[in-house]
Amino acid sequence: MRMLALIKRICQQMLRDKRTLALLFLAPLLVLSLMYFLFNGNTVDPKIGVMNVDAKLVQKLEDVDIEAVEYKDVIDAEQTIIDDHLEGLLKIENGNAILTLQNTDPSKSKALQMKIQQVLAAQAQQHLVEQAPTQTAFPKATEVKTQYVYGSKDTSFFDVLSPILIGFFVFFFVFLISGIGLLRERTTGTLERLMSTPIRRGEIVAGYLVGYGLFAIIQTVIVVLYAVNVLDIILVGSIWNVILINLLLALVALSLGILLSSFAASEFQMMQFIPIVVVPQVFFTGLFPFESMPAWLQAIAKVMPLYYAGNALKDVMYKGLALGDISGKLLALAVFALVFIVLNIVALKKYRKL
Amino acid sequence: MKEAVRVKGVSKSFGKKEVLSTIDLTVEAGQIYGLIGPSGSGKTTLVKLIVGMDAPTQGEVEVLQTKVPNLALLQDIGYMAQSDALYPELTGKENLAFFASLFKLKKEDQKQRIAYTANLVDLTSHLSKKVAAYSGGMKRRLSLAIALVQNPQVLILDEPTVGIDPELRLSIWHELVRLKNEEGKTILVTTHVMDEAEKCDRLAMVREGKVLTSGSPEELKKFYNATSLEEVFLKAGGRKNENAGSH
Repeated sequence: MRMLALIKRICQQMLRDKRTLALLFLAPLLVLSLMYFLFNGNTVDPKIGVMNVDAKLVQKLEDVDIEAVEYKDVIDAEQTIIDDHLEGLLKIENGNAILTLQNTDPSKSKALQMKIQQVLAAQAQQHLVEQAPTQTAFPKATEVKTQYVYGSKDTSFFDVLSPILIGFFVFFFVFLISGIGLLRERTTGTLERLMSTPIRRGEIVAGYLVGYGLFAIIQTVIVVLYAVNVLDIILVGSIWNVILINLLLALVALSLGILLSSFAASEFQMMQFIPIVVVPQVFFTGLFPFESMPAWLQAIAKVMPLYYAGNALKDVMYKGLALGDISGKLLALAVFALVFIVLNIVALKKYRKL
Repeated sequence: MKEAVRVKGVSKSFGKKEVLSTIDLTVEAGQIYGLIGPSGSGKTTLVKLIVGMDAPTQGEVEVLQTKVPNLALLQDIGYMAQSDALYPELTGKENLAFFASLFKLKKEDQKQRIAYTANLVDLTSHLSKKVAAYSGGMKRRLSLAIALVQNPQVLILDEPTVGIDPELRLSIWHELVRLKNEEGKTILVTTHVMDEAEKCDRLAMVREGKVLTSGSPEELKKFYNATSLEEVFLKAGGRKNENAGSH
């Protein structure tokens, strides 16, 4: 009954605060859309300079979407690349290929280098075949048929990133809004007033969890539906599992937010928790390969809720795993929430012993 | 007469700092009891101990013959803190209704109490406005209405008139006296304004966590041979200073 009164009040307050509602419901969609367009932009064909290269090879390069510009005489390769905005310069000298790369973007350079090497290797092989036509036993290297365990050849980084992003938005906004909600209650003295009524500490925590939880549910559903239906983000597994993971994550964010608000004296101090509590978690969500982290970092990851949520979301949305496969991660999230809830009830003892 | 509030040998320390030392006081039912003292004297701490928001380091508190803290007891205590403690996004009525629903009240009683208390503090015509649009005085009055909404036996008001214009102050005091006389409420009020002290049935003068002296305003003036309570306060406090100086 008292809990219901608290839930009703939180809903009234939230519905009056249009800006906060907009932040909660629209901001994630905005950022998600922006990321979608950023990662799905058209790739521009790299342009390289070639010197002393036969026409066959130039044709091969153009076949793999590399634009080749022929140069007659280049004295300073580096200067030519800078002046003519080239990605690289390929020079054949005494049968040896020398490739100079611009390398402003190392990952792009690596990809380009691989492509050129493949073209050169293919050409060398062809030479070999032409010289010894009897030896046709080995297969043509260019015809490797690739199959994928997860995703397809059209999978982009955004498909891997988006499940993590969805979890992150739910965590971040719910954490912030619930934390500041209870903080305001502390600073204006209404929490003290609440404590002078016969309400129990557990009822306050429960009221907060359900009250803000309702908005977290709406946010989760909006974000997931938008991501899947409008942005066409890859979703192999069940949407219900996605919502379930996000709900548990929202519960963790809620309970952590209101818990940390007891260590903040102002909204500004609440914001200071973001670089300490929220940002480091992002690195452990699956954005960076977990296996290559040193053991001590892996240990840190295990105490971060977003590590479990991010990986569970990736498991369901990208890999299509079922509920049974992610139950361990769900359990971990539930344990986090439970611990934070109990700590919250204890923390409220500051206001009333009973 | 029955005792409404009884404070027995209560001390309170925050860390090493002692804020209250061995306070004894008794508020009889149906009285207006004033705690007078400068800011920082420990009045608010004492009030919080009486409501049960904090536990004393030593000693104990009883309200209506029940040991504090007690959840059920809070039904009978109306508490108004120094800050207004309202939700600015909500209307006056929603604020009242929210706090009313935290107490055990029947639906129709709740409606009737909200209307009654709003009328009491003269806010009936402003109930549907958001509290953010209220003036300082209106917020204070709404805060008082909330303290009264569950019809408590004991009212504990921490500086109810601080920052309020003289006219409103007078009307609040008028209301407190009426509540005592007509509804037999016990009212414990803290203030640092001496002319408000005159309106109390009994007073306790508090300074640096100790009760300097207590009694009815007349008794105190007679005892200290003073014409005003201000003088009483100075004399009662001054004696203590002389003692301290003679060591």
